[in-house]
Amino acid sequence: MALAKLEQLSKSVVQGPSLVTGAQPTKDWMDTPAIFKEGNFAYPAKQEKVEYLDSQDGIDFPNARIWSPDEDDWKLPENWEEIILKGLAERLEKFRSLKIFMDCCVRCGACADKCHFFLGTGDPKNMPVLRAELLRSVYRQDFTLAGKLFGKMAGGRKMTVGVLKEWFMYSYQCTECRRCSVFCPYGIDTAEVTMMIRELLHLVGIGINWIMEPASNSNRTGNHMGLQPHTFKDNVDFLAEDVEALTGVKINHSFNRKGAEVLFITPSADVFAEPGLYTAMGYLALFEQIGLDYTWSTYASEGGNFGLFTNNELMKKLNAKMYAEAKRLGVKYIIGGECGHMWRVVHQYMDTMNGPADFMEVPKSPITGTVFDNAKSSKMIHISEFTADLIKHGKIKFDPSRNANVKATYHDSCNPARAMGLMDEPRYILDHVVPDWVEMPENTIREQTFCCGSGTGLNTDEIMELRMRAGLPRANAVKHVVDKHDVNMLSCVCAIDRATLTSLMDYWNPGCGVCGISELVGNALIMDNEKRAMGYGADGTESELPDGLRTML
Amino acid sequence: MKYAFSFLAVLALIIVAWLGSMIPGMQYLFGVLIPYLAIAIFLGGFIYRVVGWAKSPVPFSIPTTCGQGKSLDFIKQDKLDCPTKTSEVVARMFLEIFAFRSLFRNTKSELHEGPKITYESSRWLWLASLLFHYSFLVIIVRHMRLFLNPVPQWLQFIDFLDAGAMLQVGAPLLYASDLAILAGLLFLFGRRLVNRNVRYISLANDYFPLFLIFAVASTGILMRYFFRTNIDIINIKELLVGLVTFSPVINAEIGSIFYIHVFLVSTLFIYFPYSKLMHMGGVFMSPTRNMANDSRMKRHINPWNDPTIKPHSYSGYEDEFREFMVEAGIPVEKELPPKKDEE
Repeated sequence: MALAKLEQLSKSVVQGPSLVTGAQPTKDWMDTPAIFKEGNFAYPAKQEKVEYLDSQDGIDFPNARIWSPDEDDWKLPENWEEIILKGLAERLEKFRSLKIFMDCCVRCGACADKCHFFLGTGDPKNMPVLRAELLRSVYRQDFTLAGKLFGKMAGGRKMTVGVLKEWFMYSYQCTECRRCSVFCPYGIDTAEVTMMIRELLHLVGIGINWIMEPASNSNRTGNHMGLQPHTFKDNVDFLAEDVEALTGVKINHSFNRKGAEVLFITPSADVFAEPGLYTAMGYLALFEQIGLDYTWSTYASEGGNFGLFTNNELMKKLNAKMYAEAKRLGVKYIIGGECGHMWRVVHQYMDTMNGPADFMEVPKSPITGTVFDNAKSSKMIHISEFTADLIKHGKIKFDPSRNANVKATYHDSCNPARAMGLMDEPRYILDHVVPDWVEMPENTIREQTFCCGSGTGLNTDEIMELRMRAGLPRANAVKHVVDKHDVNMLSCVCAIDRATLTSLMDYWNPGCGVCGISELVGNALIMDNEKRAMGYGADGTESELPDGLRTML
Repeated sequence: MKYAFSFLAVLALIIVAWLGSMIPGMQYLFGVLIPYLAIAIFLGGFIYRVVGWAKSPVPFSIPTTCGQGKSLDFIKQDKLDCPTKTSEVVARMFLEIFAFRSLFRNTKSELHEGPKITYESSRWLWLASLLFHYSFLVIIVRHMRLFLNPVPQWLQFIDFLDAGAMLQVGAPLLYASDLAILAGLLFLFGRRLVNRNVRYISLANDYFPLFLIFAVASTGILMRYFFRTNIDIINIKELLVGLVTFSPVINAEIGSIFYIHVFLVSTLFIYFPYSKLMHMGGVFMSPTRNMANDSRMKRHINPWNDPTIKPHSYSGYEDEFREFMVEAGIPVEKELPPKKDEE
């Protein structure tokens, strides 16, 4: 479906009859079915991808088939209802969070207008509370005394195909960004609810291709992009050559090298597509300058983990490569690149799922001697932590004027902000690498940051209008600083952001670029023996790397 | 219509108690048996629910971090919103439970032409919730006076404060908490009707406890200020003290309003463990709030972690891609088999 023109969508967002714009729906939400049409759903997972993952040890993705959301018959297995209810019962026993979040909501509505999907679509079921009620109503009906006795009077609802379709629609209109959970008086986290719904849907063979294909790629080739080892190496080599051409400094990097001190893992998107490429070039330049003894891995060539968007078993399996590779190569610790959901997994799940990482050492910067006690068990540190420490100790030198063409603002990615608490390290780096940068309005940054609108595997083109709507709150905050402070660059520490925010900016705020923090680091970095190339800037005059690492030679 | 149903349900409860308590001999049922049953169900149910939650493990460490986490020495940690130590978690939980801190953050978003989205601080819900919960607490504590003989000094002091807060003379003194709970309830109910979002999400389960508690408070107030003469306060006290000492007697006739009040309170007790009112217990156990953000410092254990889930093995990976790897100069564990000369 073609994406609506900017004027059209701008009008529709504000004036279209929705709960956000002032229209009160006349029909009760329980009586409002989900209707699928081209453009409002992500395409279902290809049968062979589901079958491939299902065939892997320890992983179950049953009921693979060809089906489509916009057809009436989803070709569900005959006993689908039993599968779902049994799956729900199992998960209630495995996750206290689920039980408590099912029981404790008082429907105060504090979460309602905190969701970017709700603000952008006005669809009542995108209020986090109602998204959870889609599951909660079934839970009440079948798992609580009140529901068993009073049914609908007690807010219960029978599990039907219609309900299942609503689950599919709204668990894939949630990016698990956790903004609602910041405001909930009980900390109810819709991400937990959405994760459970998606897990349940997978039990009956319902998933989307934009998640399942990268996940199966990642399992087989080591990365979402499906880059085979030689291609992955080629891509990184190519970036290293670019850095050399630009800075005159030869980059010495290696792959799968045993005995390296550090294993470096970043989202494969960074070595695959603009503008992530420039962030990867920033890593290469930085590591070269400080002489870090590190290696890339082609086997663990993915920082991201689309398993997180399917079920906890697949998340664990994909994540397990990190420690397995660290062990095989005998590194002392791992440095992780800029990525949002990757850090959700690394920070909150990895050690639990695949630890203990007792074959490694507590991360210690070989340059500054700083011991990263905050990662003493997991043995993995964030590139921003590592870089900020280098800056603090004066171990790297910058010329911020090299970023003079950049007027930046900073986007807190959901997961580093709300599932890790990484907020000031990137800001500290920014303070040192650009001449000037500004914050977006306070209700849109830090723990209140807005999602790019396309996280959790929703960055697929067939739902572009939904993505632009969901990204509106983020884009709108950027627009504020673009208008007020002439901001032209949205910096972030997330690979999905680098891809999705680019589409979002192109749509809502054309002219505003997107970059990783490490790109700005690379731009401003003063390297030993550098011989910076000349290039033509936007104004046509020739100067030294006018566009930093993006300069075309 | 959901509120109409809830309203009628509460009305029916009132009528049952009113008519029921007038039938000779039924006073014992409404004054003794049902209250005992209600307390038993409340305690049993509450414990059952909490134990039920506790039985499910917390497999992953999932605090919602609402501030800067602990990292480098020169980066200032937000100890309250991103705690790493138990004491910090306790402080976070304390403010959450006693000051409704997350609600305090509440904002209201509005969509304007442009489009332009604005956010402003919105603390009415926070204020009304505090008002409601704290006045309810004071009222419960104040009621201990009726169950204890002699009434302890501290209780008399609370009573004095609650009434004294109104700076009044004469009897019976008007309690501040009585007014506050009604004001809080009215706001919470009004909000459910007026706020579009909340109106749409509200279920009968949301209106019922509001009406029920409103009826409890109203009957209490009626009893104290309006029907006081009909009620023998001595007899009531005797009954209530008897209830807590397990020797309840109903010596003389007590007005129906008392039985209605007690029946509504009993209903609330019975309803409590099976409803959203369990948020009272749940707020203590919410994993996004009561966990420390220390998952990279300390390994959190998942009791059902499945050790059999292994990564797609490196050897399997190398086997598939060895040729390419060797050709690209990527180190391998196992060299390629020697090539046979092609004929």
